[in-house]
Amino acid sequence: MLNDFLILMKQELVITGIIFILLFIKVGSKEWKNESIMMLVNGLLLFNVLFNFFGNSEGVLFNEMFKTNQLIGLEKEILSLGTLIISLQSYCWLKDHKHVSEFYMLLLSTLLGMFLMISSGNLLMFYLGLEISTIPLAAIANFDLDKKQSSEAAFKLIISSAFSSGLLLFGISLVYGITGTLTFSELPSLLAVTPLQIFAFILLFAGFCFKISVVPFHLWTADVYEGAPVAVTSYLSVISKGAVLFVLVSVLYTVFKPLAAVWYNMLFLLSVLTIIIGNLFAIRQNNLKRFLAFSSIAQVGFILIGVSGSSQAGIASVVYFILIYIFSNLAAFGVISVISALTGKETIDDYKALYKTNPFLSWVLTIALFSLAGVPPTAGFFGKYFLLLAGTGMAGSKGFILWIIIAALNLVISFYYYLRVVKAIFMDANEHPVKKITLPLLPKIGLIICLAGIIATGLFSFIYEYIYTLSSGF
Amino acid sequence: MNLSFLIFLPLVTAIMILVVKGLKQVRAIALFGSVLQLLLVFDLLFQYLKERAHNTTQMLFQYDYFWFTPLNIHYHVGVDGISVAMMLLTAFVVVAGVLVSWAQETLNKEFFFLLVFLSMGAYGFFISLDLFTMFFFLEVAVIPKFLLIGIWGSGKKEYSAMKLALMLMGGSALIFVGLSGIYYFGVAGSQSFDLLTISQMHIPLLIQKIFFPFLFIGFGVFTALFPFHTWVPDGHSSAPTAASMFLAGISMKLGGYGCLRVATYLMPEAAHEYQWIIILLATIAIIYGAFATMMQTDLKYINAYSSVSHCGFVLLGIGMLTRTSINGAVMQMVSHGLMTALFFAAIGMIYSRAHTRMVDQLGGLLKVIPFISTVFVIAGLCSLGLPGFSGFVAEMTVFMGAWQNPDGWYRIATILSCASIVVTAVYILRAAGKTVMGPITDNHYLHLKDAAWNEKFAAALLIIAILVIGLAPFWLTDLIGSGTDAIMSKVLVIVK
Repeated sequence: MLNDFLILMKQELVITGIIFILLFIKVGSKEWKNESIMMLVNGLLLFNVLFNFFGNSEGVLFNEMFKTNQLIGLEKEILSLGTLIISLQSYCWLKDHKHVSEFYMLLLSTLLGMFLMISSGNLLMFYLGLEISTIPLAAIANFDLDKKQSSEAAFKLIISSAFSSGLLLFGISLVYGITGTLTFSELPSLLAVTPLQIFAFILLFAGFCFKISVVPFHLWTADVYEGAPVAVTSYLSVISKGAVLFVLVSVLYTVFKPLAAVWYNMLFLLSVLTIIIGNLFAIRQNNLKRFLAFSSIAQVGFILIGVSGSSQAGIASVVYFILIYIFSNLAAFGVISVISALTGKETIDDYKALYKTNPFLSWVLTIALFSLAGVPPTAGFFGKYFLLLAGTGMAGSKGFILWIIIAALNLVISFYYYLRVVKAIFMDANEHPVKKITLPLLPKIGLIICLAGIIATGLFSFIYEYIYTLSSGF
Repeated sequence: MNLSFLIFLPLVTAIMILVVKGLKQVRAIALFGSVLQLLLVFDLLFQYLKERAHNTTQMLFQYDYFWFTPLNIHYHVGVDGISVAMMLLTAFVVVAGVLVSWAQETLNKEFFFLLVFLSMGAYGFFISLDLFTMFFFLEVAVIPKFLLIGIWGSGKKEYSAMKLALMLMGGSALIFVGLSGIYYFGVAGSQSFDLLTISQMHIPLLIQKIFFPFLFIGFGVFTALFPFHTWVPDGHSSAPTAASMFLAGISMKLGGYGCLRVATYLMPEAAHEYQWIIILLATIAIIYGAFATMMQTDLKYINAYSSVSHCGFVLLGIGMLTRTSINGAVMQMVSHGLMTALFFAAIGMIYSRAHTRMVDQLGGLLKVIPFISTVFVIAGLCSLGLPGFSGFVAEMTVFMGAWQNPDGWYRIATILSCASIVVTAVYILRAAGKTVMGPITDNHYLHLKDAAWNEKFAAALLIIAILVIGLAPFWLTDLIGSGTDAIMSKVLVIVK
C-alpha cells in the first residue's frame, strides 16, 4: 500500500516536497535573497521535470479516488514543464518582488491541485482538485500589489470561478441523484440519454467551459488576463486551461461516452462560436495581453474540434496541441513579460519597430505568433491541422464538412491579426521604440526552451507518435 | 539520386547565412549555395534522363519514410519529368535572384535567409508525393513572401504584403479542405495522403464534384486564377526585385503545378465536369489581363498584369484536357517563370538607376545603358511570343492543344485567347518603345552606369535558358512527356 502510494503519487509528492521546502525557508530565521530562492525553485522544478519523466506506472488508489497511467503522467509532465518555463520567464518581474516564496508556494499549490484533478477517478475528487487549483490562482492574480487592475482581476477570477464551481456542483449532485455513484468507472453503464441526465451533463459541461473560457462563458477572460501579472496570465492561459482540457477529454471519452451524440453537437456549436468570436474580438485589440487572451479563446475553439473526434487520434491530437500551445504561447508571453517588466510597455503600438532595437526578442515573438497561427515549419502547423484531421475523423457526422470549412476560413482571419503584430515589429516606423534590452540568463533559457520546442515538436514526428501510443487506453 | 539533398542544401545554406557576418560573406554563401543547387538540379536532370531511358515507373528516385505513422502521413518524394522541369526553373530563378540582390544593404542577412528559405519550400513542394508534405512545403513558401515584401518593398508595401499573405492563406485553407476530403473519402476503407496510392483508386464522382473546386480554386489563387488574381499586381509591384522574380517565377508556378498534379490528376472526372468553368475563367483572365496591362503606366504593374494574362494560358491548357495542351501548360509555366523573372530583373535594374518605373518619365535608355535596355527588350519580345524565344513555343503548344478539343465553344475561347497576343504586342512594344527608344527625357539619365557583372550574369543565365527552350523545345517536351502521359492516361478514360 505504502509502496503503491509512493510510486503512483510520486509527481504529487515531489511538488508537495517543494512547497514544504519553501515553507521552511519562509518560516526559518535566515533571510533568503530573492535570486537564491528563484535559483533553488527553478532547480527543483527542473529536477521535477527530469525525475518524473520515467517510471510512471498505472494504478488506482484510495478506492478509485485517484488513478494514474502513462498518459496522465505525461500530461502532468507537460504541465510541469510549462510551469518551469513560466518560472524562468518571470525572473525580471519577481527579482524585486517582496513575496517571492509566497508566489511560488501558491503557484505550486495550483499545480498540485491540477495534478489531483487530472488524476481524479471520482467527480468529487475532481472538484476538490479544481478548487485547490483555482483559489491560490486568484491569490496570485493579485500579486502586482500596487496595481488596482491586478486586484480587480483577482476579484473577477474568484467570482467567476465560484460561479462556475456552483454550476459544476449542481451538475455533480444531479449525477449523483440519478445514478447513486460518482466513480468514473461505474458511471458509464448507468448513464443514458434522458432529459434529466442531459441537463446534469450540460451543467457540468458549462462548468468546464467557464474554466477554458469557451464562448459564451468567456467574458471574464480578457479583463483577468489584462489585469493579472504577465506570469499569472501566461499560467492561466496555458497551464490552467491545459489541465482542464485534459480532464474534459477524459471525462467526455470515458464517463459521458453514452451521451456522445449530445456532446458532439454541443461541441460543434460551441467551437464554431468560440472560434469566430475569439477571432473577431482579437482583431480589434491593441493591448497584447488582451490580444493573446482572445487569441487563446479562438485556440480553444480549435481544440474542441479535436475533442469531438472521440477517438485515439482525437485525444492524441489534443494532448499534442496543448504541448505545442504551451511552447508557443509561453514564448509569446515570455517576450511580453520581459518587455513589460523592464519598460512597462504592453500595446501593439509600443512594439512598432521593435526589430531595430531587439532583434532576438522580435524573432522569438514572431516565431511564436507564427506557431500560434499555424504556419510551417513551426509545430503549430502540425498541431492545428492534426486537430482538424482528428475532428473530422468523425467523417459522416452531420455537418463535418461545414465545420472544417468554417475552421479553415477562420485560420485566415487569425492569420491576419497575428500578422498585424509581425507587421508592427518589422515594418512600422516608431520614434520611440522599446529600448535595447539585455536579457538576463534565466528568461533567455526559458525562451530558448520554447523555441526549441516550437521547432522540434512538429518536425520530429516521434513526439506525436509517442503521445499517440500512450493515448491507446481511451 | 537522393532527392532530399534538394531540400537539405537550401536549409544548410540558410543556416550558414545566419551564422556568418557582413554582406560580403552572406551573399557569397547565398550565391555558392544556389549555384551548387543549380548544379545539383542539372545532375538530377541527367540522371533522370539516363534512368528514364530504361525505367518506365511513373515516379523515379522515390524515397518513402513514415513521418506521422498514426495518421498515415509520409515523407514521400519522387520526381517525374514535370517536377524536374519545374525544379530547373526554380534553380535558374534562384541563382538569378541572388545575383540581382547582390548589393542588398539593409538587413542583408535576413533578406538572403528568407530568399533561400522560400526556395526550399518550392523544391520541397515539387518533389513531394504525399499531399500533406506537399501542403507543408506550400505553406513554408508563403511567410517569407510576406516578410520580403513588407520589409524591403516599396510603395504601399504593408498593404500589398498583407493582401498577398491573406489571399494565399485563404487559398491554402481551401486546399486543406480539399485535401481532407480526399483523405477521408478518396480511398475507401483507409485514410491516405499518398498521391500515387490515391491515383490508383477511383474517387467517387460525388466526392470529386464536391472537393475538386476547393483544390482547384485553392491552387488557383496561387496562380492568379480570375477573380482571385488581385494579389498579383499589388504584390509584384511592391516587392523588391528578387522577391518579384521569386513570386512570379516560382511561387505562381506552385499553383499551376498543384492544379495539374493534385486537382486534375486525382479528380479527372470533376475536371472534365467543370471544364467549361475553368476555360471560361482562364479566357477572362487572359483577355482581362491583357487589356488591364494596356492601361498601366508603371513597368512593374505592366509585367504583373501581363503575368495574370500569361498564367491564364497555363490554366487554359490544363482546362482543355488534351495531351498537347497540358504539355503546353507545363511549358508555359517554365517559360513564363524564366521570362517574367528576366523582365522583373530588367525593371529592377532600371529602377535602381533611374529611380522611377513610370513609362512616361523614362526614355532613350538604350543610348545610356545599352545592356539593360537590350535585356528589357528581349524579355518583352519573349513575352509577346516572338519565335525563337520560349514564349512562342509554349503559347503555340497551348493553342494547338486547345484546338484539339473539338467542342465549338472551347474553340471560340481559344480564338479569343489567341487574339490577346495582339494586345500583348501593343503594350509590350509601347512600353519598350517609350522607355528604351526615343530621346533621353531626363539629363540625369546621361550619367547612368550600365549593368554590373552580377547583373550581367543574372540576365545572361535567364536569357540562355529562354533561348535554349525557344530554339530546341523538343528536349523539354520529351522531358515532361512522361509526366503528361501519366496524367492523360487518367483523363482519357473519362473523355472517351
